[in-house]
Amino acid sequence: MRLELRGITKRFPGVLANDHVDLTVEEGEIHALLGENGAGKTTLMNILYGLYGADEGELLIDGGPAHFASPGDAIAAGLGMVHQHFMLVPVFTVTENIMLGIESTRRFGLLDRAAAARRVAEISHRHGLDVPVDAVVEDLPVGVQQRVEIVKALYREAEVLILDEPTAVLTPQETEELFAVMRSLKAEGTSIVFITHKLKEVLAIADRITVMNRGRVVGSTTPAETNEEELASMMVGRAVKLVVEKTPAERGEPVLEIRDLVVRDDRGHVAVDGVSLDVHAGEIVCIAGVQGNGQTELVEAVTALRPAAAGSIRLLGDELASATPRSVLRSGVGHVPEDRQRDGLIVDFSVADNLVLNTFDQPPFARGVVRDAKEVREAAEERAEAFDVRTWTVEQPASTLSGGNQQKVIVAREFSRPIRFLIASQPTRGLDVGSIEYIHRRIIEQRDEGTAVLIVSVELDEVMALADRIAVMYRGRIVDILPAASAVRERLGLLMAGAGTTAASGGSEGSVGGAAGA
Amino acid sequence: MPEPTSPDPRSPDPSANDPTSSEPTSAVAAALGPREGQRWYQALVVPALAVVTALVIGAIIIVFSNEQALEAWSRFLRHPATALSVSWQVVSEAYQALLTGAFGSPAEIWRAVSSGELDAIRSALYPISETVVTATPLIFVGLSVALGFRAGLFNIGAEGQVNIGGLVAGAAGIGLTFLPDPILLVTMIVAGFLGGALWGFIPGVLKAKTGAHEVITTIMLNFVAVSLVLYFLSTDFYKQQAEPVSKPAGAAYPHLFGSGVRVHLGIIVALAAAFGVAWLLNRTTIGFRFRAVGANPDAARAAGINPHRTTIVVMSLSGGLSGLAGANQLASITPSLFPGFASGLGFDGIAIALLGRGNPAGVVAASFLFGALRTGGRSMQVVTQTPIDIIVVIQALVIVFVAAPALVRALYRIKARRVGLGETFAKGWG
Repeated sequence: MRLELRGITKRFPGVLANDHVDLTVEEGEIHALLGENGAGKTTLMNILYGLYGADEGELLIDGGPAHFASPGDAIAAGLGMVHQHFMLVPVFTVTENIMLGIESTRRFGLLDRAAAARRVAEISHRHGLDVPVDAVVEDLPVGVQQRVEIVKALYREAEVLILDEPTAVLTPQETEELFAVMRSLKAEGTSIVFITHKLKEVLAIADRITVMNRGRVVGSTTPAETNEEELASMMVGRAVKLVVEKTPAERGEPVLEIRDLVVRDDRGHVAVDGVSLDVHAGEIVCIAGVQGNGQTELVEAVTALRPAAAGSIRLLGDELASATPRSVLRSGVGHVPEDRQRDGLIVDFSVADNLVLNTFDQPPFARGVVRDAKEVREAAEERAEAFDVRTWTVEQPASTLSGGNQQKVIVAREFSRPIRFLIASQPTRGLDVGSIEYIHRRIIEQRDEGTAVLIVSVELDEVMALADRIAVMYRGRIVDILPAASAVRERLGLLMAGAGTTAASGGSEGSVGGAAGA
Repeated sequence: MPEPTSPDPRSPDPSANDPTSSEPTSAVAAALGPREGQRWYQALVVPALAVVTALVIGAIIIVFSNEQALEAWSRFLRHPATALSVSWQVVSEAYQALLTGAFGSPAEIWRAVSSGELDAIRSALYPISETVVTATPLIFVGLSVALGFRAGLFNIGAEGQVNIGGLVAGAAGIGLTFLPDPILLVTMIVAGFLGGALWGFIPGVLKAKTGAHEVITTIMLNFVAVSLVLYFLSTDFYKQQAEPVSKPAGAAYPHLFGSGVRVHLGIIVALAAAFGVAWLLNRTTIGFRFRAVGANPDAARAAGINPHRTTIVVMSLSGGLSGLAGANQLASITPSLFPGFASGLGFDGIAIALLGRGNPAGVVAASFLFGALRTGGRSMQVVTQTPIDIIVVIQALVIVFVAAPALVRALYRIKARRVGLGETFAKGWG
């Protein structure tokens, strides 16, 4: 099936979400739709799927005009969509989920699960989409749940499959498996619209690439004709450095000294198990590791949000034992929390209030107990400007900002205070290229001003881009500390998977280049 | 007082990544929704429509509880016009009596004012005065519950806090009669506040130190408070004679316009409290902490705010406001304490805080509405024999509609937010 969108325009009050967008998806091609958050990919696909009506423009299927008033129409016409957040009933089996809404029935309206299961098995076999037909969905890993969604679309005889950020939830292996499925579907003539902002994936899988920026199609190309840098520039609308340049670190005094730290998680299990680590002024230390290896608890201990069970933390020369989150922040620590919506922002509060969330009771933002709304607003406007927070007014709730802009609010807040130590967890999670570049640049600027920086990240790209030294964390221990210059991706990957555990003596500091002098 | 708001609270980015993930911390917050960045009149739409809808349904109930109207309806097929006109007459008479009972008759007020006779003016304004008198304690308890709401706490203990506030105010009013009147009055008010504050402090500490949920502890403390009042009323210090009625307190709120109309200084104190709470919430760092903990305790903690301490302070203040209602009862209508002297006030507070959407100005408005309904309901019963229980039904319906804004929006086809649909579906899109 050939799908053509012509001149699609969609206006929201005050915003032109889609501006005469043309998009053609040929039969049997994988068409990547690339763009930053807010570029208009969402709106375009919602129009295609019948969720919105377009203000202008037309939709052609195999050359004939089509009109979808609802997703039901779109499905009937052969469109299938796999949402980023799966639309599955967790307590139903795979077969039940797939047949939901178009159940096969026997006499008296009894469900014919066997017939449906046979068809599901047949479809999954044909495309190498292995799904356990009788398993309950909530017991399945996300990668398999995603396959269930794809089978669900194929069960409804989808000829065009829209995949919304499908790799966001997948491990690298699962991503490879998904790509294999996509290629198999393509070979059978299914067209696939692949929505993403990950450049490497686009180049790996797409036949054609359409790049959107600010509601417009800014370019159309093929993987053979382009490269990551060019795609990134098209996406952002200016030249983008994927790896921000930085000079060698000028290390100063140790700012954070952790010795034999033990921290327990909420259930009382040891999450951080005897970690020792130094971070010096003017250097960036990155903690690499797969999520859930004690990084969260380590950060919480350093920011006094969680008590240490044993060991010591010296921060800016003071023992942290009796500190409170407030005293830590006041002593000159900037904290970019891992979960920006849970710990970083009060999304119901205005951008302005969020920009002063940890200085709201200090001059000039308050005199005594009385807040000074004018000072807050002026400072907020200044900071929003300086940190490129795209907002109409600083009085609008933070919930209305995109993820990247929300993160910039946090960065603006923390970097606008005089800080000597910065601790940031997943500082660019879920952000687009432009925002990542921007935040990386700001972090390196902080380092160059002499701030000690500790970054926790599960993204190896980020670790490699920022770190002066890399500490790999595995099962609550630091298994190795490497100077970034000598770090190789493959070795880091092995360490993160636990391969180096026996070699590194019990996980305390002191192997390659890590003898950060106390 | 609403915060300075943005000219347009919509997103500049229709596919903004995660507006819907701003999950309120509790269902309470969802029902309340005193949204930051909402214009004041937007906040008013749902409560106003809720009141209108409740009155319409109340009218239907009035018709079907009126024999005359029922009889007309039984002959509906032959005389449809009669049924309708009789119904209209019954409802309009009842609601007119309600209005006049609550606010007086405009004609009479006009006559009295133009005649210039003080007594006539007083008697014409008597209904309004009664409405204000009824509304006064409601403002205190409404503020009490609303303050808790804003900090993410559901204080169901207003009832107990009113009782203890009254008890302690009574102790001052009975025991310190040697003080000159104005000083005794102030002492009683302060004592009432402190008593209520103590009764809020306890669940606050329990929550902060042990995590005990305030809904459970405050409900339990309500029983304790009522029993404590009963016990103390039997002690020699309090009891008047054999009856469980206390000696009268030594001071009372002075009447504002002479003894003919009962409206008293309490309303001024209540309005000052409302202004104080609004100022505290919106203009001070203390209120910022309250709201921050209410909206997102995790982020508040990460930003250096101590949620435990905040919980204790909020519960104490909230209890203190309820305690003021207890003191108000003692210093106004009846000078003595008696079992059930504040019966039901605490629960009215929850209804009023909900209707006022956790906003002090809204609480004042809701209190006047409830005061008017109750005062007017009494004369509606006298004049038209419409049972006053209708008023209870109308009040309940108002709360149901306010608690289920989606229902009201569906009824009147108001869109929740203009790009709401898009935002919902845009969740997680690139």
